[in-house]
This record gives sequence, C-alpha cells and structure tokens, in this order.
Amino acid sequence: MAVEHPVTAPSGDQTRIHNIGYRNYDGPRLGRAYARRSLYSQSLRGSYGLGRSVKSKVLPMLLFVVMCVPAAIMVAVAVATKADELPVDYTRYAIVMQAVISLYVASQAPQSVSRDLRFKTVPLYFSRPIETADYVRAKFAALASALFVLTAAPLLVLYIGALLAKLDFADQTKGFAQGLVSVTLLSLLFAGLGLVIASVTPRRGFGIAAVIAVLTISYGAVSTLQAIADAQNSTGSIAWIGLFSPVTLIDGVQSAFLGATSAFPGGIGPSDGEGVVYVLVVLGLIAACYGLLMRRYRRVGL
Amino acid sequence: MACVTNFDDVTVIVTESLSKRFPRVTALDRLSVDVGPGVTGLVGANGAGKSTLIKILLGLSPATEGRAEVLGLDVASKGADIRERVGYMPEHDCLPPDVSATEFVVHMARMSGLPPTAARERTADTLRHVGLYEERYRPIGGYSTGMKQRVKLAQALVHDPQLVFLDEPTNGLDPVGRDEMLGLIRRIHTDFGISVLVTSHLLGELERTCDHVVVVDGGKLLRSSSTTDFTQTTTTLAIEVTDTDAHPDGTRAVREALHARGVAVLDGNSGLPGAGHVLLLTAQGEDTYDVVRDVVADLGLGLVRMEQRRHHISEVFTDGDATDDQQRKEAVNHGS
Repeated sequence: MAVEHPVTAPSGDQTRIHNIGYRNYDGPRLGRAYARRSLYSQSLRGSYGLGRSVKSKVLPMLLFVVMCVPAAIMVAVAVATKADELPVDYTRYAIVMQAVISLYVASQAPQSVSRDLRFKTVPLYFSRPIETADYVRAKFAALASALFVLTAAPLLVLYIGALLAKLDFADQTKGFAQGLVSVTLLSLLFAGLGLVIASVTPRRGFGIAAVIAVLTISYGAVSTLQAIADAQNSTGSIAWIGLFSPVTLIDGVQSAFLGATSAFPGGIGPSDGEGVVYVLVVLGLIAACYGLLMRRYRRVGL
Repeated sequence: MACVTNFDDVTVIVTESLSKRFPRVTALDRLSVDVGPGVTGLVGANGAGKSTLIKILLGLSPATEGRAEVLGLDVASKGADIRERVGYMPEHDCLPPDVSATEFVVHMARMSGLPPTAARERTADTLRHVGLYEERYRPIGGYSTGMKQRVKLAQALVHDPQLVFLDEPTNGLDPVGRDEMLGLIRRIHTDFGISVLVTSHLLGELERTCDHVVVVDGGKLLRSSSTTDFTQTTTTLAIEVTDTDAHPDGTRAVREALHARGVAVLDGNSGLPGAGHVLLLTAQGEDTYDVVRDVVADLGLGLVRMEQRRHHISEVFTDGDATDDQQRKEAVNHGS
C-alpha cells in the first residue's frame, strides 16, 4: 500500500513517483494473546505444509489421504451391501490406523519445534511479547489440533457414510461422539509425547527416529509381552502391561469407558478400576509433557 | 558527525549498578550507564557482557542485582511491554531457509502484535527500506550473507519499534556489505527516528556510525562518551609510500621528513610482514592529512595508501584520559 503520488501524466504513460520515505506505524498492537493465536495458526497450517514449500506439503497431505481412504472404502462397502453396521467401530479406527498416525507425529512434531531450535528462530519469538508458556501452549495446541484433524476426519467420513446408509441414527451418533473423545485424548497424548521428544534435538532426523521408536517400538514390545502373558494364561497382567505404550493406553481407556472392543489379546480390556488408572496415566502423561516442554523452553534463552 | 536528537534529553536506557553473575562467571559487574536517543555503540571483546546486557534489557534474564530501565519501563516488571516497543536482531543466524523473506517477516510482525493487513504492509515497506526487492519472494536459504543480515534487520524493524538492539550486525560481511550495513544503521535513526543500540567488537566501525559509544570489558564499564571525543584522541593514520631512485627507502625518508615537521610517528614495526613499510601516526585533526600530503609530494614519492586504522578495544586503554583512568581505578577497586 505504498502511498503513490501520480505525476500528471498527459500522455498516459506509467510514470509515477513513489513516496519511499519511512512511515511510522501507529495502528493497533494486539499484544500477547493475539501473538499466541498467530503462532498457533501458523504452526497448525505448517503441520499440513500450508504456507511452506510444495515439498513439505507432500507427506502430511499423503498421510491425511491414507487416513481417510479406508474410511471411504468402508462406507462404500457398507452402503453397497446394505450392511446394518459399519465394518469397524469409530473408536477402533484410530487403533487400526495407528502406524499412519505415528508416522504423522514423527514427521510433524520435529517440523514444528526442531526447526525453530535448529535455525535458532526461538530467540526471535522470545524477544517479542510472548513468553515461554505462550510458545509451548501454541505449539502444543497446534500439533494436537493437527492430529485431531487427521484422526477425526475419517470418523466424520464414517459417520456421514453411516447416515447415508440409513444406519440407526442414535447408535451412530453415540459411537461417533465416543470416537471423538477417544481421538481427542489420543491427539493430546501423541502431540505431547512427540513435541517433548522433538524439542530435545535440533536435528530433525533424530527427532523423527526417536518419535517413531517411542510410539511404534513401545507398541510392538507391549503387544508382544501381552501376547506372551495371554499364552501363559496370566490374563491379569495383560491390562497392566498395556500401560506402557501410548497406543495401548488409549485402547485401554476407550475399552473401559467408551464402549470400545479392546485390541488386547483375548479381547479383554481393563476393568473399570484398571480403567481409572489408565485415564489417570493418560492425563498425567499429557500434563507431564506440558511441564517438560515448559522446562525445556525456560532454558532456551537468546 | 552530526548529532541528531529528535527527542529532548530522554534517556532510552538506564542501568544502575547492574550485575549478572553466573555460578562460574560474572558477566556484568555493577554496570551503570545512561544511553540517550540516537545511535549508541556498545563495544566490547567477545565475552565482555554485551549479549548478557541485551538479554537483561529485553527482560528475558533477571539481573542478579541493580536495576535497569528501557524507554522508562523497568526491565524486571515490564518485560512484555518493553519487548513490544523494541526490536532485536540477534548475532547468530536465525532464519529458516525454506520460507521466503516476506512470509517470515510477516509472521514475525504478527508475533509482535500487528494485525494481518498491517503486518503485510509493514513487511513490504520494511524489506524495501533495508534493500530487499524482488528476491524477497524467494526462499531465504538461497540468500547471501548480506541479504540474510538485511532480513534479520527487517524483522527487528517491522513493528516500528522505538528502539532496536542490533547484536553484531556487521559480522561476516565483506567490507562493502559492512559499509552498507553501517549506512543502514545510521538511517534507522536519521530517517526512521528509531534509536539504536548496536554492539560490535570493532571500535573503528562504530566510531563512524554512532553518536555515542559505550565500552565494556569484563562486564565493567570502561568508558562512555560521545564519538567525537573518541575520534579526536584515537585516530591513527596508516601511510605507505613507494620508493624512488632519489629515496631508495621512501618510508624512512617520509619518517624523517615528518619528524622534521614535528609530526610524531608511532612505531610501525609490529612484526607483521610488510609492516616496516607502513608508517603509523596520530592524526591531530585535519592539518595532519595536509602535512602528510605535502611531505610525500615534496619528496616526489608515490602515496600508496593513507587510511584510518580500525581500532580495537585495547587502544582505549592507551589514551591517558582522566575519566578513563578513574573508571579503571574504580574497576580495580571493584575487583578487589
């Protein structure tokens, strides 16, 4: 909006004198809360590669499509075969697709925080009105929202499909709502873990590897141990072992309280009492991730 | 050097016996300094406490003792208000390579609280003022060091602060880039009306840019005075001449001729290669330049160069300024 003073141009030529003097800004300054929201929206858009290079859009968009396509196929099958229920529960969908979700967290958590550390952009943020807590909250909320979009979108596809297939409305709505609660917890937990791990290293590669290791290897190890426990008929310990991986934690919570069928060996989820422990561990982990991030960034000065 | 003051005797930065101690080092030791509007140079060797001081002034790091005010706001309690009104250009690289300068500076403008439309307008204006044109739409990764420095400067100015902290803005620039950056810094005050605190470890380059220079060493104030004081006492000229048949050793001939004219020549033999051919002398104002010119011309020699030497901090110690002596005594007393 450079102020232009068009010179009298009798012959209609393009001659113009641009006023290139410095102009002071005396408009509004919207302060901390606005800056935090700006950081949130920038980070959320960045999680899908928006506002970044074409190359960085490929993976998140691809994963988003991979998340949604199976849901669309299931819906198509359900509509075509006039089935009286969807092939998969709303709550089960994220557990089935957990590898895709883990891959997404592994790619986008380092993108969100390691870049700022690696290119030392963090000091620029903290030389502005926002404080550590604002930065951590904005980044945490942005990744959790991005994960929620990733995990809730296929549920929405399923739900719309189910309504198109004229399945029982009350039933489907309840299932959908339970699914949303479950993926909300999952988004918060995965985002927290991903960010804590990624914020330790400025190297993106290490961040990606570490997040995959924590999310996937822990799931593999826990599943194996649970299978062994099942084979040895010590069914009591299956639920407790499940506390040690993020995926099984979410699985435990939703099979105890959200009407999900458990993916644990033998299909036996935690009991109500054990379920309470699951919920506490999930909430505790989310809070711990937040606390660790705060501690991490308090030490990142200029 | 014109002393430009748009405000009436307002102090921009005040510190009162400001100290910052870490478990192992004392970064700032009872530093008391007043900085007025204009361009102020903060000079010190690496580790002298310059960056620590900026951190405290931005309200990001609490002082161990003492107090400081920036734009009349206390750093301990009004950090966020200060950071809204000042800009900061860090010494290190701080730019993500995969976004364009425009996108990056718009984002930083919004982080300073500017509404989206204003952020875009100010970004376009500011990038033009620092000298980035079409290239601003390309990813920063492909920029030269000079262009990156301009982007760093732009993000510090985009929200139209009242004061900017520039930490070593000439680092890594070639001589031309250095001069352009120094000119830009000068303009930040003269054209934009923004006060500047600029750090450097080279006193020479700040002399030409700043109205006022503060020298710190080991966290203590060595000296704080206007640059005119500095240039009067510390300008050193380096002269190199050719040899001719009449004067096989031109350097020596000039030395003797200058001596005869009453101009003291410093010992130029610093042990560096070719140093024997360089004469160093202290310029006592404009006349000295004329004397040198005349002497060289009279001898029929060619003047290869005559330049102002860039000073390092150590030279501040060598001039026997009374206030300086007092500062040093104080510093010694503090140290004991």
